[in-house]
Amino acid sequence: MADATGHLDGNCLAGPLSEILSVEPTTAWWRCPECARSGPLAGLHVYGPEPGLTARCPGCAYIALRLVREGEHIWLTVGGGTGAFRFRTA
Amino acid sequence: MARAAQLGRLTVAIAWRRARLVERRPQTATARSLVLTVPGWPGHLPGQHVDVRLTADDGYQAVRSYSLAAPADADRIELGVQTVPDGEVSPYLADDLPLGADVEVRGPLGNWFVWRTEQTEPVLLVAGGSGVVPLAAMVRAHRRAQSRSPFHLLYSVRTPDEIWYRDHLADGDPRLDVRIVYTRQAPPGSTRAPGRIAPADLEEPTARLEPTSPVYVCGPTGFVEAVGNLLTDMGRDPATIRTERFG
Ligand SMILES: Cc1cc2nc3c(=O)[nH]c(=O)nc-3n(C[C@H](O)[C@H](O)[C@H](O)COP(=O)(O)OP(=O)(O)OC[C@H]3O[C@@H](n4cnc5c(N)ncnc54)[C@H](O)[C@@H]3O)c2cc1C
Ligand SMILES: [Zn+2]
Repeated sequence: MADATGHLDGNCLAGPLSEILSVEPTTAWWRCPECARSGPLAGLHVYGPEPGLTARCPGCAYIALRLVREGEHIWLTVGGGTGAFRFRTA
Repeated sequence: MARAAQLGRLTVAIAWRRARLVERRPQTATARSLVLTVPGWPGHLPGQHVDVRLTADDGYQAVRSYSLAAPADADRIELGVQTVPDGEVSPYLADDLPLGADVEVRGPLGNWFVWRTEQTEPVLLVAGGSGVVPLAAMVRAHRRAQSRSPFHLLYSVRTPDEIWYRDHLADGDPRLDVRIVYTRQAPPGSTRAPGRIAPADLEEPTARLEPTSPVYVCGPTGFVEAVGNLLTDMGRDPATIRTERFG
């Protein structure tokens, strides 16, 4: 997974998100509330490494979502806030 | 009943499946093709990937993503693994995992970085090193479907010894145009001096595209970044560029 300097594409979230979503996520459309750019989840820039992944807007680096794995749980934060959903995966 | 069916579907979507290594072939000195059989494999689209999970005796697990190198073929899947020096997983998969041993895979994953046989526009594929893996699956699917969509593959390697899938890329298919860009050492007689992909390398293949043609770019993050910037500087609509960074 990505290190602190480089990044991956939203494609790499397909596996981790498959644990909590039943619909293929990488083709999902997203619009940035900061710069209004839009595109597929696959086009987001993903910074790692596991177990914490941050997906950012490719235009302005606004945080689209964060995914953190912790044992049998996945924490999902949508947007740059602090509230998070916790999913049990096992 | 409905709930059970729904749970069943969800379970399939996230399931880790047992995958048995049945064949290993060298592609280059440090790259290998691995063929695995995965009971119950549902099939996949060219460009999709799998996550591979290894579990050590003490329970420690490591997960890495690998692209599917060939179109769907019943319960057989093919991966292409490039050994990363000091890497945790790739050297083990490339050379140490014994034939007949099992790992776990989940997939197929990702519906964005895919080419579908219904697509009709000319397509440009740009590969850097191991980034040729998902693009090779597209090339093979294109040939199998006898697609009329012209394919252009621009493939960047350091030296002639680092070319993967020689047999698949050089068989005289008139709808597949393959150009190899050598970054360190070109074969004797080459007219192009060794060096990284430059605007001149992209001019001809992009001139043959339609404005909406997809361009698939795959390889190490730095390579994908550089090629993406060259393409947008040349005026290509960013919405037509699909990328897969390997890290
Ligand atoms: C969607 C997707 C598809 C992919 N498809 C393929 C494919 O088809 N073929 C393929 O070969 N690869 C593919 N990859 C890359 C693959 O997933 C792995 O990242 C790659 O095999 C390296 O894994 P590794 O465990 O060997 O290396 P890692 O151990 O993860 O190390 C990766 C790099 O980081 C360095 N490193 C390791 N630990 C540290 C540390 N603590 N501090 C600093 N640096 C460190 C290593 O030296 C190495 O350079 C794909 C990646 C993605 C996201
Ligand atoms: Zn933005």
